[in-house]
Amino acid sequence: MQAFTTLTGIAAPLPEANVDTDKIIPARFLKTIARTGLGKNLFANVRYKADGSENPDFILNREPYRKSEILVALDNFGCGSSREHAPWALLDFGIRCVIAPSFGDIFHNNSFKNGILPIRLPREICEKLMEDAKLGANARLTVDLARQVVVRPNGEEIPFEVDAFRKHLLLNGLDDIGQTLQHAPAIDGFEARQKAAQPWLYA
Amino acid sequence: MSATRPRTLFDKIWDAHVVERLPDGTVVLYIDKHLTHEVTSPQAFEGLRMAGRKVRRPDATIAVVDHNIATDASRYGTIEDPESRQQVETLERNVKEFGVPYIPLTDQRQGIVHVIGPELGLSLPGMTIVCGDSHTSTHGAMGALAFGIGTSEVEHVLATQTLLQKPAKNMRVLVEGNLAVGCTAKDIVLAIIGKIGTAGGTGHVIEYAGDAIRALDMAGRMTVCNMSIEGGARAGMVAPDQTTFDYVKGRPFAPKGEAYDRAVAWWKTLPSDPGAHFDREVKLDAHAIAPQVTWGTSPEDVLPITGNVPNPADFADEAKRAQVQRMLDYMGLTAGQRLQDLRVDVVFIGSCTNSRIEDLRAAAAIAEGRKVADGVRALVVPGSGLVKAQAEQEGLDRVFKEAGFEWREAGCSMCLGMNPDKLKPGQRSASTSNRNFEGRQGPGGRTHLLSPAMAAAAALAGHLADVRDFQPKG
Ligand code: SF4
Repeated sequence: MQAFTTLTGIAAPLPEANVDTDKIIPARFLKTIARTGLGKNLFANVRYKADGSENPDFILNREPYRKSEILVALDNFGCGSSREHAPWALLDFGIRCVIAPSFGDIFHNNSFKNGILPIRLPREICEKLMEDAKLGANARLTVDLARQVVVRPNGEEIPFEVDAFRKHLLLNGLDDIGQTLQHAPAIDGFEARQKAAQPWLYA
Repeated sequence: MSATRPRTLFDKIWDAHVVERLPDGTVVLYIDKHLTHEVTSPQAFEGLRMAGRKVRRPDATIAVVDHNIATDASRYGTIEDPESRQQVETLERNVKEFGVPYIPLTDQRQGIVHVIGPELGLSLPGMTIVCGDSHTSTHGAMGALAFGIGTSEVEHVLATQTLLQKPAKNMRVLVEGNLAVGCTAKDIVLAIIGKIGTAGGTGHVIEYAGDAIRALDMAGRMTVCNMSIEGGARAGMVAPDQTTFDYVKGRPFAPKGEAYDRAVAWWKTLPSDPGAHFDREVKLDAHAIAPQVTWGTSPEDVLPITGNVPNPADFADEAKRAQVQRMLDYMGLTAGQRLQDLRVDVVFIGSCTNSRIEDLRAAAAIAEGRKVADGVRALVVPGSGLVKAQAEQEGLDRVFKEAGFEWREAGCSMCLGMNPDKLKPGQRSASTSNRNFEGRQGPGGRTHLLSPAMAAAAALAGHLADVRDFQPKG
């Protein structure tokens, strides 16, 4: 996993609540067996017209937002299915950070596993950042994970919360499985105890 | 953990599966059962292969195909869509290489992963159950902690049989009183989501309790738990009781004989202790729930069937007004229109929410001796091969076919647009599935969620209809 330290980039405003995972990437694009290459299908139903051409009204089809690295949205971003194709599509497009008042739980989880930082901030602040984002390339946002701040174009620093363990993995680009395997003896011990107490779980 | 503090059902299952607590409160949580399907597993197996890792407990894992497959006879030939075929073939290669038990398409036990888990006795009370699929919450009806995970976590469970988790908060939804005639578990859960909203359960595990929940059979409890995710919750659960124990008894993978008795003795200790703390509690009066139907593109946009399409102007919040207008445009609706006047093109009875034998019986009772309206395509898709066989034994297939419904093979079908069963752009459907998101049943498709009996009524009427006007003839 690619480490996440600081990021300064163009932020795309997506002033919508309940952006669900079917919207982020429709089911017909889940037939892949790879993790990469999904960026072109990101938001496909709204990004392209029926004939396959780009919908010029959609934010990510406009300059400078084609190069967005941050997305600012409203409540409950990423609700819906467990598909990790949603963060994979965002990442493949180039988005490394999503800022919203709240997130679907599984999407939130999946983002960290792919080096994307989801940041929860109160709605009023998201709306302020949305205004910044609308200014495009002249108003880049900076996200500093080590210091846990978002820096607005006017220099104002907005602190955010992040789980300490997740932060550690993200800053160092560590993968979860490697971490967990350090606890292998404890897992062995758990299984031995459980097998004695509930043998029907071990067919 | 102090033995004196009263604990919830969730707390007890959680505590029983803690392998280790890390300093920041993250827990290495043991997973008892891991269900996998073709869509969310290929990249996980690929990850194992690249790291040279094995599946730690193939005996605690099972794989099945459900999302991609056709639900007509063509599925037993070659899968036409090359990408779907590749996903199914990849799963078949992976289960062989990693020694994971697999239920192939040709096996009568094949079906939607969340239908076959309980049906085969793979999902049991007290277990931690995961699957790379958000509707894993269904299995919580068994009195288990069951939740959906992403593909990285699928790989994590395959490699370690554990997950790194932070505890969820406890929420209780109490549904008291008797359900009115024509109302079902589906109406209960739609009413709950309408009340708490799609983010209402975020960060929580919901325990459904109260005498209306107790009175539900296991299929009804599964319907309720299934849609916990539509209320934003991590999982939903119902405390195991005699209904649960009777359901489990004799299932192929359930413990037998002395092991069953030992298991039941443990399962009986699981219900929440009196005085256990819930971070949030919501109450509903079952009797006040009317048959429900969604009008918008989020499951929280739900109303009684007697209602009218809302007017954006009636919402105070400006963002909400714009959102409602967008939804009306997408759904092809006008403010104030009677829901019962909305003509439907397609009726879909199926999905992991409502494709069990009890659901099919409820729909057949309405359909019996009547005819599907002209111009309506109506599909009945059993949740598993075993449900299909049972229905055929009871003659439900004949009831449906005589009424003009299509009788299909088991699978996810029109619940999501990734197999041949799809809506065409602009088509309106009455669907027993769980998501009415834009494009969920196919690009441009318009979905109204409702119960199996309500779906059958819509098929007969040709428009959304009140099931209470269709009393069974048989
Ligand atoms: S029936 Fe629908 S919700 Fe259930 S597992 Fe299949 S696609 Fe998912």
